[in-house]
Amino acid sequence: MISLNAYAGSDGDIVLKKNKPAEINDCFENFNRASFALNQALDGVIFQPVAKAYRFLPSPVKAGVSNSLENISNLVTIPNNILQGEYKKAGVNSGRFVINSTVGVLGLINVAKHMGFPEYTKEDYGQSLATMGVGPGCYLVLPVIGPSTARDASASVLNFIGGDPWYNITVINDTHYFSDFDYYMSRIMSGVDFRAKNYDAIENLEKNSIDFYASVKSLYLQDRQQKILNTDKIIETQNDSDWEEIETQ
Amino acid sequence: MNLKKIFILLILFTLNLNNAFSIEPDIFVQSTVNRASDVLSKNIPKQEKIAELKTIAKETVDIKGVGFYSLGVTRKNLNQDQINKFLELFEAYFLKSFSSRLSEYTNPEIDVRGKKVLNENYTIVNSILIGTSIRPEVKIDWRIYTKNPESPLIRDLIIEGLSLARTQKEEFASIINSNDGNIEALFKALKEFSNN
Repeated sequence: MISLNAYAGSDGDIVLKKNKPAEINDCFENFNRASFALNQALDGVIFQPVAKAYRFLPSPVKAGVSNSLENISNLVTIPNNILQGEYKKAGVNSGRFVINSTVGVLGLINVAKHMGFPEYTKEDYGQSLATMGVGPGCYLVLPVIGPSTARDASASVLNFIGGDPWYNITVINDTHYFSDFDYYMSRIMSGVDFRAKNYDAIENLEKNSIDFYASVKSLYLQDRQQKILNTDKIIETQNDSDWEEIETQ
Repeated sequence: MNLKKIFILLILFTLNLNNAFSIEPDIFVQSTVNRASDVLSKNIPKQEKIAELKTIAKETVDIKGVGFYSLGVTRKNLNQDQINKFLELFEAYFLKSFSSRLSEYTNPEIDVRGKKVLNENYTIVNSILIGTSIRPEVKIDWRIYTKNPESPLIRDLIIEGLSLARTQKEEFASIINSNDGNIEALFKALKEFSNN
């Protein structure tokens, strides 16, 4: 399910090709579509109504939640910066985490941003494996969790065996300061925050898709490809020859 | 004035004329956005807004080009009748989808921030959909087809780096592949969407 190319880590073109959405097989389409339907049902009764209400909370409250969730995510991003050989970014993100956790009152205020720190981009173990040349394998839709790939789903297991310091101090170790509740609540709030930020886009997409499952799959895989390549420029991920041969003028 | 001079003057005049009528892609995007925004902020029934948005789309989007792109490699296997049928169904589908998506917004504010010329046929125009208290700022890039500089056309919208045309292409491919490559399945889906 997952392919490994030892040389791909140094070859951006191979990483780009391997993670091209059209190249990723939907090996378990029937299971994925069933899982997608379950997630849509869950979204309809839980995430959608909660996100709808959450959108109307005062902006400073939403910003505070977003900032603190982003701050916690640094704990996974920093080791992955190191795994990807991005030592400078690891240093910058460590500084960001220390400043926001202290001066920024447990991450509620993004002080580092106001100090001129560069824009933050999340990294995870799936992205690190991709940069090391591991192919995405089959496309997967996991119940409750949502879209993924064989590589990314396997890599996320690392979070639960020591790779996520936030999980370690809340669930694994009894620190007296944090509990399991803090971890699971942060995960749920990440889902609500994402759903609220993309509320109109998701509703619009669902209403105007002739195959909503395929649209979500395409968007997810495009997004993953960009995150792996650390770019938001479509021209770096899209093959322009697809357009060049279409002449209408 | 000899013939040579007249000829040179004629060429200069033609060049100047071409220059005078060519439209810069970023100005084209901003004016299209302003037109759509004017429609959306009007105090008229939703159906009237949709009709006006469809007119704007017909004038500013290369619907045929987007349709061919969305078909992907399948377009090479179709006969002329199938292509004509597809283009007819696609236009109806596209206009409904486009106007329905936009009509949900009231007075969206989009600022054009820059452009990058890819080649003589394409320019990417960068813009920002200004955030509101319930929606964050969104980065929107526009792929503009500039083969005829006097009449640039929109071919793709890239929202936060995600291409709508590419998503549509993969959506169409999924429908065709799930039905053993039968294009009629796509025709049926497009027709159902437009009729609902």
